[in-house]
Amino acid sequence: MKQMHTASLAELSAALHAKQFSAVELAQFFLSRTEKFDGDLNAFISTDADKTLAMARAADERIARGEAGALTGIPVAYKDLFCVDGWRATCGSRILENFVAPYDAHVVAQLNAAGMVTLGKLNMDEFAMGSSNENSYYGAVKNPWDLSRVPGGSSGGTAAVVAARLAPVALGTDTGGSIRQPAAFCGLTGLKPTYGRVSRYGMVAYASSLDQASPMAKSAEDCALLLTAMTGFDARDSTSLQRETEDFSARLNEPLKGLRIGLPREYFADGLDDDVRLAIESALTELRALGAITVEVTLPNAALSLPAYYVIAPAEASSNLSRFDGVRYGYRAPEYKDLNDMYAKTRAQGFGEEVKRRILMGTYVLSHGYYDAFYLKAQKIRRLIANDFRAAFEQCDVIVGPTTPTVAFPLGDKTDDPVQMYLADIYTISSNLAGLPAMSIPCGVGQHDMPVGLQIIGPWFSESKMLNVAHQYQQASDWHTRLPEMAR
Amino acid sequence: MSLSPAELIRIAQLARIDLPSAEIEPTCAQLNHIFGFIEQLRAAPTDGIAPMSHAVELSQRLRDDVVTETNQREKFQAIAPDTEGGLYLVPKVME
Amino acid sequence: MNSVANFAKWEVVIGLETHAQLRTQSKIFSGSSIAFGAAPNAQASAVDIALPGVLPVLNREAVVCAIKFGLAVGGTVAPRSIFARKNYFYPDLPKAYQISQFELPVVVGGSLDVSVGAGAESRLSTAEPLHRREAVLRETPVPPPSKHIRLTRAHLEEDAGKSLHEDFHGKTGIDLNRAGTPLLEIVTEPDMRSTAEAVAYAKALHALVRWIGICDGNMAEGSFRCDANVSVRPFGQAEFGTRREIKNLNSFRFMQQAIDYEIAWQIAEIEDGRKITQATVLFDPDTGETRSMRSKEDAHDYRYFPDPDLLPLDISPEWVAEIGAQMPELPQAMQARFCAQHELSAYDAACLTASPELAAYYENTVREAGIAQAKICANWVMGELSARLSRDETDIAQSPVSPLMLASIVRRIADQTISNKIAKEIFDALWQGEGADADTVIDARGLRQISDVGAIEALVEEVLAANQKSVEEFRAGKEKAFNALVGQAMKATKGKANPQQVTDLLRKKLSA
Repeated sequence: MKQMHTASLAELSAALHAKQFSAVELAQFFLSRTEKFDGDLNAFISTDADKTLAMARAADERIARGEAGALTGIPVAYKDLFCVDGWRATCGSRILENFVAPYDAHVVAQLNAAGMVTLGKLNMDEFAMGSSNENSYYGAVKNPWDLSRVPGGSSGGTAAVVAARLAPVALGTDTGGSIRQPAAFCGLTGLKPTYGRVSRYGMVAYASSLDQASPMAKSAEDCALLLTAMTGFDARDSTSLQRETEDFSARLNEPLKGLRIGLPREYFADGLDDDVRLAIESALTELRALGAITVEVTLPNAALSLPAYYVIAPAEASSNLSRFDGVRYGYRAPEYKDLNDMYAKTRAQGFGEEVKRRILMGTYVLSHGYYDAFYLKAQKIRRLIANDFRAAFEQCDVIVGPTTPTVAFPLGDKTDDPVQMYLADIYTISSNLAGLPAMSIPCGVGQHDMPVGLQIIGPWFSESKMLNVAHQYQQASDWHTRLPEMAR
Repeated sequence: MSLSPAELIRIAQLARIDLPSAEIEPTCAQLNHIFGFIEQLRAAPTDGIAPMSHAVELSQRLRDDVVTETNQREKFQAIAPDTEGGLYLVPKVME
Repeated sequence: MNSVANFAKWEVVIGLETHAQLRTQSKIFSGSSIAFGAAPNAQASAVDIALPGVLPVLNREAVVCAIKFGLAVGGTVAPRSIFARKNYFYPDLPKAYQISQFELPVVVGGSLDVSVGAGAESRLSTAEPLHRREAVLRETPVPPPSKHIRLTRAHLEEDAGKSLHEDFHGKTGIDLNRAGTPLLEIVTEPDMRSTAEAVAYAKALHALVRWIGICDGNMAEGSFRCDANVSVRPFGQAEFGTRREIKNLNSFRFMQQAIDYEIAWQIAEIEDGRKITQATVLFDPDTGETRSMRSKEDAHDYRYFPDPDLLPLDISPEWVAEIGAQMPELPQAMQARFCAQHELSAYDAACLTASPELAAYYENTVREAGIAQAKICANWVMGELSARLSRDETDIAQSPVSPLMLASIVRRIADQTISNKIAKEIFDALWQGEGADADTVIDARGLRQISDVGAIEALVEEVLAANQKSVEEFRAGKEKAFNALVGQAMKATKGKANPQQVTDLLRKKLSA
């Protein structure tokens, strides 16, 4: 078989079952890679070798007992907003620097039950607010392809560890593109499921009506395997959907003949860099060669998705983040005059600039006199955007386009202008607003030899179809097997 | 949509975020830059469109009325900044 | 207060917001117990303390309670209602928002008709023992006026925790056991025009929520508490005056005192040339005064928005109908039935429907004794039984005299086996646990009434012969002497003689 760090999850699992190596050896391998490379990347916030190896030993015992599943013994790392019992969950924030989660998120419990081994907790933009992973109290994450560039955000650590092969697979979240944009910037396969597929219980909320836990993987095949283990009904999340469990690996090998691919006019307009456009177009050529046909579709309100998002997400965030008040957990300012001063100082010192900015924005748009003009208006536009997709899917099976308008940009490039930073998510946000599944797969390279991501957006609950498209493309191409220098 | 310094101060108070006076002007300018970008929303026609609060069009699921939780106070308060006798302590509240 | 308020000029306007704690096992959005009196924070789960990442799921029973209330007040149970977040910082509000309902509440409209008048408001209250209430009501023969109070809405929400201000090194202690307890907030229109009306409404509402079983009504434990919005305006003025909200009134007495104080204070302020400013105030039972709450000063922008963690609450007409079919008969319907079928007076009917337990006791007694004896049953339940329960501080559920036993007494009164006086003796005996029913006590104690004509005639002859002096006095026109003769006859039989027969026969003999 291939080396441990390039092997697929299925190959790793087969090797574990065949006792080619143990889960402990596999975990040690990734821990040592992390030790070697994470100094450059800054992708992990917490590691704990003792805990990791204890889980690996338990996985080995399970394998020995013949009770192992497809993911038993496979290491996984979590974006630091998933609660993992006994591990810190900082959310990239000072305010939760000392917060040790006293319970497991639903998705973590599912993966624990599957026998996966926790490698550690991953750096991220503070409270998932950001598109470059530069908004972390624990420092910026670097892109493994070019350490002077951003890995994307907010799941920057999640992308960096998989790209650098410090973990075979990792979990992030996607609220406005936070799994897809880093996947594109780091040459990975990342999928945001249909809203409600994965329980949000135990995932620290940024914007509750948009957040979804999302797998980040080397390939569509790995992505499907992890997604199958992550999804499922959870009674503790009112927005969790009661659906039959689905095996997302089952339809990977279906041919694409006759697949109707919708190309939204708005996603190929001004603002899209030529290098990205070129990579996307050659991917479309490949997909056509696989038997797909392309049709032009329109998403007339696409331009409004970004401003609508920057009303809705900050509004929800301003309320979600109010619980960080220094009373029951987390940071409390050392000096204050009285209760309100304690709150104000704790939050001013505990939150970073972007988080404070969005809290203020959200507070403003919800406040008396502005609610109708902004919050309600944005919610109406949200429906228009969802309706646009509904109409488009009358004409096509999936929508394809760029994930991002540019390749990964240099660190510090957009930190002075929030609006420029927000524009990095221009193509990803609308599927969150509509609740649609969407993924990014590597489809070429652009300027500076940086990866380009192809976005696939499907109708609600069409993850299997999207993964099928992605897998067929990956069978016919090798962009997803390209490795950054440190992983070669 | 333009946020005045006075409004920013009120918003920061509502949000319980201490805003030193030196930061008021620059914060105001930055927020207004963003609001300028958001402003384009207002021109969009939305007559007769129902607001969409959720990504799923479903009804609230209901839980059976059963006690399922046990006392985990020790575990929860191990991570609290200040407790005594099982209570969370905060600076004196004036009613 | 500087001047003496001139009440006659001012019209009082009051609206009430009542928080009724719903009688569920678990919290509204978590599986924590809501049992009262646990150690601090022992019933505060991950959801209740708002750990990062936790989510709310709605308790079905809380919704059932809301539906029952909607049906009981004739309101509309909303086919779709929405949970919203009410955002404000307070240490006993762990998420810094309260999940409540704002634009679309679960119940819209409805009304309550309450009786207002001297003592009459206590009709529907259990605060006073029934026999004492009955005495008050008998002194007001004219039926007290009824007031129609419109409800604006009722909505589901979660309670906050408790701040303990006793000194913890100058700090406040927070107990979140109560956080997440299900509440129904019931809001009236500003329809009340006096403290008496407000208190009467609160008492009627208190009785109703207990009647339909959605709230235990325990005011000492905070299960039923009211906020009163009070304003005054000159009579004839169309617009309302500026209101002040008195928070957390947890007894009817405090409510009375607080509103009375507030009205007087507002009138005096205005008459002294000052303006009322909108405020939230607390009532201090020690001073009898209301004072402004500092903590609420900047809390006026709650930034309500639909809670993204909770989906719309949809209630089907079928579900409402199903719950409607299980609803107990409401007090007003029951009162009407008692008047029509049992031929009781309105006030008897009102007394007997003070609580579901009392009404059930009465109905069970009537069922056993026969509907023809309803009035006797009512008198006994409101009189002897109620007095005895209050004397022994016993709950009606624990009454040693069951409806079956009381019915056995009523039957023997009706068939003239015993007199009222003997009946009380039997009731006493049964109360003490002597005997299973009236007949066993009658037999054991030989208390059967003497109604045999021959025996009574012999008795009367005997009494007349032995009390010649009284006979002469009676014949001389002294009516009192007649009573003495009756008394002698009863004494001779230890009260067992049928008093009516004795009286009739004596009159006959004396007039002969």
